[in-house]
Amino acid sequence: MKINEKLVKKIALLARLNLSKDEEPNLTKGFFQTIQTINGLLGIEVNNIEPIYQTTQLENVFREDKVEKDRTLSHEALSQAKKTYQGYFVVDQILEED
Amino acid sequence: MGLRLTLKKAIELLDNKEISLKEIYQDLFEKYSQENNQYNIYLSVNKNSFSEAQTKKDKPLRGLPIAVKDNILTLGLPATASSNILRNYWPQYEATVTKRIKEAGGVVFGKTNLDAWAHGSSTETSDFGPTKNPRNPQYSPGGSSGGSAAAVAADMAIASLGTETAGSIRQPAAWCGVVGLKPTYGRVSRYGIIAMGSSLDCPGPITKTVEDSAILLQLIAGKDNFDATTSSHPVPDYQKNLKKGVKNFKIGICYIDHPQLSQTLAAKATLKAGKIFECLGAEVEIIKTSTQLQKNRILTHEYAISVYTIVQRAEVSSNLARYDGIRYGQSREFFGHEAKNRIILGTFILSKGYAEKYYLLAQKVRRLYVENFKQLFSKYDLLISPASPSFALPLGSSANNPMFGELQDMLVEPSSLAGICGLSIPMFLDEKTNLYLGLNIMGNYFQEEKILQAGWVFEQTTDWNSWKN
Repeated sequence: MKINEKLVKKIALLARLNLSKDEEPNLTKGFFQTIQTINGLLGIEVNNIEPIYQTTQLENVFREDKVEKDRTLSHEALSQAKKTYQGYFVVDQILEED
Repeated sequence: MGLRLTLKKAIELLDNKEISLKEIYQDLFEKYSQENNQYNIYLSVNKNSFSEAQTKKDKPLRGLPIAVKDNILTLGLPATASSNILRNYWPQYEATVTKRIKEAGGVVFGKTNLDAWAHGSSTETSDFGPTKNPRNPQYSPGGSSGGSAAAVAADMAIASLGTETAGSIRQPAAWCGVVGLKPTYGRVSRYGIIAMGSSLDCPGPITKTVEDSAILLQLIAGKDNFDATTSSHPVPDYQKNLKKGVKNFKIGICYIDHPQLSQTLAAKATLKAGKIFECLGAEVEIIKTSTQLQKNRILTHEYAISVYTIVQRAEVSSNLARYDGIRYGQSREFFGHEAKNRIILGTFILSKGYAEKYYLLAQKVRRLYVENFKQLFSKYDLLISPASPSFALPLGSSANNPMFGELQDMLVEPSSLAGICGLSIPMFLDEKTNLYLGLNIMGNYFQEEKILQAGWVFEQTTDWNSWKN
């Protein structure tokens, strides 16, 4: 893997970030420095070690499926939307018609 | 000078009718209007706080004002996470922590500045300008809960709430000379907190004294049906054993033999703190640092910097995906430099081929830290270390350093990755600069009671606390 502006631009595209021309060199530099730091881990002996993704050890936490009085109502949830229609968010079309 | 009230003192004075809520709020608003421009602590303030307070006089918090970090959703005030994306965002629901504070008679006084999205350890990545350290305005208050720590240090709040992912409560508390408690992961609900690293985030109190910390933790701790990662482990009465001291406690001192740390003032002050605990009847030992997982040794914090960077950037890139410009906030163009930095790294780390190389490896090393602490806590009641390797750094220090936060927080990162609890309290004051060092007292899972107990007796025995009666 070569760390260059091309790679950073590609990742940015995947993450839906539009980078300006002035941002690219600095972000590439930061990316390179960070990768260098985390590469320090690569030599650690972790054979037979299971990864741990959470520390609570809780599993299958359930609760009753009922609407709580103080849960957000849909009109409140929509209060920040730029455009709504009959209780739905309205967003721009993203797929082209053929 | 102002009233300089702690929570405990304010409740006492109100109960004895020696002070009125009106005087308390007048003092706070006066302080706010005189000094907020200088320090840039509050991003918004609740103009109705006094009238809200008057309806709560009979509740445990008596209508007292609490400052809240601006990544916590509270009804009636904006929640920006100090980012331009959420500049105009007003929450539609209340976070569990503030809901509980309000139900107990607390009032949200205002929302405090932080590093944008809590990404940083200086409050300098805020899109609304850095906060200055009230102890010395040439210096950073630390971060990301820099505004909440500064509010308390400046007496611009009686107490506050912050959040920590790895260091964001304890490091600013240390740099501002106040008390910061990071609870065990799952002790306090994350519901309604703008997510950063979901497997790490912990809200907690930032206060003037250890006793105030116990009072606030009592109110916010416990199971929440809205956050499945909260534990149903019973919440003890944190004030019950608070003053029992550390007699017969076994305490281990961590990290101070590390070559980068051993000659620092922070290491020396920690050693001295150990001596104080010894005088108070505890059995204190220095634990050797090891580069491998070994019995009775502490695994070096150096790996934690990388593990934390990987895990946190991965979780950040996922959590920030929801800011698509449709449901709330501005478009992704408005992300600042640091957020972009982290999203790019996180996206890369989770991409095919690299997820195994980095993300999986980090989670394996994370288990080493968990095992390490479990073993050490089978031998020790508490572990102590410096909260930060240095005093507060001058404003501007974080510029162009993509790893600034990780380096400032390196001594608390292992404990955050493992999810154990920690308390930072003042342990030294440099009289020339008026800046503090913090002692990090770590406890096993759900042992907040013990770290508060040790913190309280240390605070009483030493002269570092600015609000001691």
